[in-house]
Amino acid sequence: MSRSARSLVALFTLGWALLLAAADMNYDLRPVRVAADTWVLTGLNEDFSFKNGGNIVNTGFIVTPAGVLVIDSGPSRAYGEQLRRAIARITDKPVVMVLNTHHHPDHFLGNQAFAPDTLAALPETIHGIHSEGGGFNENMYRLAGDWMAGTEVLAPTKPLTPGPLELGGHTLELIALKGHTGADLAIFDRSTGVLFAGDLVFHDRAPTTPHANIPAWQASLDQLDTLGFKVLVPGHGPVSLDAGPIRQTRAWLTWLDKALRQAAEDGLDMTEALALDLPAEFRRLAVVEAEYRRSVGQLFPAYELKALSHSGRPAQ
Amino acid sequence: MIKPHALAAASLMLACSLALAAPKGDAQNDPLGSHNWSYMRKDLFPATARVIFDERVKVSAPLTAENPMNVPVSVDAAALPGVTEVLVFADLNPIARIVRFGPTGAHPGLGFRIKLQQSSPVRAAARTADGTWHVGGTWVNTTGGGCTLPSAGSASPEWQKRLGEVSSRVWERKEGGERIRLRIIHPEDTGLAAGIPAFYIQALDVADAQGKALMHIEGFEPLSENPVFTVDIPAARASTGYQVSGRDNNGNAISATIEK
Repeated sequence: MSRSARSLVALFTLGWALLLAAADMNYDLRPVRVAADTWVLTGLNEDFSFKNGGNIVNTGFIVTPAGVLVIDSGPSRAYGEQLRRAIARITDKPVVMVLNTHHHPDHFLGNQAFAPDTLAALPETIHGIHSEGGGFNENMYRLAGDWMAGTEVLAPTKPLTPGPLELGGHTLELIALKGHTGADLAIFDRSTGVLFAGDLVFHDRAPTTPHANIPAWQASLDQLDTLGFKVLVPGHGPVSLDAGPIRQTRAWLTWLDKALRQAAEDGLDMTEALALDLPAEFRRLAVVEAEYRRSVGQLFPAYELKALSHSGRPAQ
Repeated sequence: MIKPHALAAASLMLACSLALAAPKGDAQNDPLGSHNWSYMRKDLFPATARVIFDERVKVSAPLTAENPMNVPVSVDAAALPGVTEVLVFADLNPIARIVRFGPTGAHPGLGFRIKLQQSSPVRAAARTADGTWHVGGTWVNTTGGGCTLPSAGSASPEWQKRLGEVSSRVWERKEGGERIRLRIIHPEDTGLAAGIPAFYIQALDVADAQGKALMHIEGFEPLSENPVFTVDIPAARASTGYQVSGRDNNGNAISATIEK
């Protein structure tokens, strides 16, 4: 084959590949009705990847006569746009409010798909999106590639005040908590008994901890546990009809806290802490090995610092 | 266009000439498959030295490091007899040398943390008394950027008051002997972040209560900010206490007593 013929074939192949890729940027979002007026889109229990395009997160919406309330906008502009179309297939009511439960990328990078004046979050979440959103977004391009095309950080301008919120006959409670990040919003719909717990609750997937404060997180879980919800929508993993995911998240955090404190108190080097065996009860959690390694990197230095600050105590 | 067999012949000739230049038994086939190995061989070791790949030199590090500013690494060369010094380096780091240590009574191993600019082999070369360098290593994958980011310390005046401050603790080891862990407040700036000159610990000496040397550590820029070290002391050299002394590249002294 001549050189020019070869380049032509290469060009054709490249074009075709791009076309196929573009056609593939479909998250295939299918809202599932979990209670009256209430819909959830469940993501995969995986890490971000080129294959899943970042769709590892749960988003949801509540349809009311006064308009639609959206909870989290997903990991990319494309996700946000496809979410908006999925909503439009179910109702012709306009989206009147989009809440970002916290400042992690998979919960707000779909904001561009919605009218800027509908976006709202807790003040510290808005601050977090401003200060860390750019870095998160760059990282998402590295992890999810073309799915991120056109995605830019769009921070909400409307700071939320925690407390009751009436919307089209639904009595909602906006609950300001923390522990997964410095500001975690939970939304409890008293009318339907549905609790959107954000990333305070993970289900069948190991929790992520880049901004975790474990004691604060545990206290938030205790508070969620007292709400008397009928349906629990975790930030990641399947929707539940009981508090199982809260217990699961609490058990993991309790073990992680104890294991890392013990490792530091026993004088383990970080490489030795990384090599610890995970208890059998947690091995069935999705991506548990990877999340454990990340958590050691994120949390171990603080435990280590505490252990070293003590004056030398001979070990057992 | 060069024909494939001609290319193969040329590379064979090149390989032969390299083999002739290096001492007999010298490391040629990098088990980590790094394209930079031959340059590391040339830059870091004397041409006349014997350098071999040796699995007895263990380098523990996560295969995937989420935080390129703080990648944990442990080196253990105790399976080799008579180790006189160990050089730790990362082939693809802009500053390849990470740390060099010489055990003079301590266990021939060291735990520490490093900054990586990109995915790279991280290797330890242990020199035995006969002059041979035994090289072990592992790949670490990372998103990178660790070397060109400013330290947190460079943006805060707080560290200046605490520069060189040492926290430490001594443990008895189940295997016998003792473990010292120590952390030093230091920004460890690489000099690769714009406008922030290199500022890092160059020398640390760990000694027993009587001042007899146990371990000499020579630091380079890629050690992580506020570096943490793990040093193991065999039972025969365990002491009632330890001391650490050293300096950074600006001549600031580090000195602390490590009490049990």
